[in-house]
Amino acid sequence: MRLGELFFGYAKIGLLGFGGVAAIARHVIVEERKWLTEREYAEVLGLGQVLPGPNVGNAAVMIGRRFHGLAGAVTATAGLYSGPLVILILLAVFYDHFGQEPGVASFMRGVAAAAAGMVIGMAVKMADKLRPPLELIGVGLLSLVAGAWLRLPLPLIVLILAPISIWLSLRRQTA
Amino acid sequence: MILQLFLTFSLLSLLAIGGANAVLPEMYRQIVEIRGWIEPATFAQLFALAQAAPGPNILAASVMGWRIAGPVGLGAATLGMLLPAAILAWCVAGVTQRLSRAPWLRPAQFGLVPVAIGLIAASGVIMAEAAGTGPLPWVIILGSALFVWRTAFSPLWALAAGGVLGWFLL
Repeated sequence: MRLGELFFGYAKIGLLGFGGVAAIARHVIVEERKWLTEREYAEVLGLGQVLPGPNVGNAAVMIGRRFHGLAGAVTATAGLYSGPLVILILLAVFYDHFGQEPGVASFMRGVAAAAAGMVIGMAVKMADKLRPPLELIGVGLLSLVAGAWLRLPLPLIVLILAPISIWLSLRRQTA
Repeated sequence: MILQLFLTFSLLSLLAIGGANAVLPEMYRQIVEIRGWIEPATFAQLFALAQAAPGPNILAASVMGWRIAGPVGLGAATLGMLLPAAILAWCVAGVTQRLSRAPWLRPAQFGLVPVAIGLIAASGVIMAEAAGTGPLPWVIILGSALFVWRTAFSPLWALAAGGVLGWFLL
């Protein structure tokens, strides 16, 4: 993969990432451009998730580094953030003019609902394709419940569940 | 002031395990309550704007920096928010590359995957609870989830369909 492809792939992810970039990032990296397999991407994203910062942003640094070292990490990161940043500034400038239009507001409500479904669908799809063993599915469900319904702080969930999950995964490997 | 802006967002960057939504309460505490840089209503508006715009939601930090101190503030907040996390990710990627022959690395890394997927699903559920204001939004949520799960088409089609349905029916 060339550096330019890395930039434009990530620019696409950034610019098309309405309602969060997670689903479109997976689509572009795994399904469209086939930079990584489902499992490789899941492993990178898993690390990106437990580190501070946006998971897809962390994954961009790691994927960029894997293919092109420092230049790759910088290129992927720049691709991911520069387009959205420009749009966001324009929006912030013009927000007062059109934000209150009723049509725009209902459109955005529909987009917000679809974005929520998109994130859930992506999580189900990853679990479906990776087929983790039963005890790891259990850990996934626990983190879902802890995050969505118990509303525990994410660092706390990671701190408790990540070591357990790593231990379970290692035990399965050596068994 | 600019340095302070940079340092505040750098601190937030290192606290942001789970991304923008996880750090939101602390961001509010730092820049609205402690520093008084932004009014509460403006904070909510800017965050909603960053969510509506394409791209990572963490860019909320950038618009706040822009609102606080113009273009320089934008630069300081963006760099502050991205740099520490990116450097950490870079170092961790280096460690995993060095250990890539170790037989335990990939299973250990795979252990993080269920936690990540669970937390992604959780953020989807939280978004759904906020967006699910009636029967039609829930239909859109379920339809979009099924579409992304069962097809290989770009998720953008679901967003476009959701927006059009919302435009005419909500």
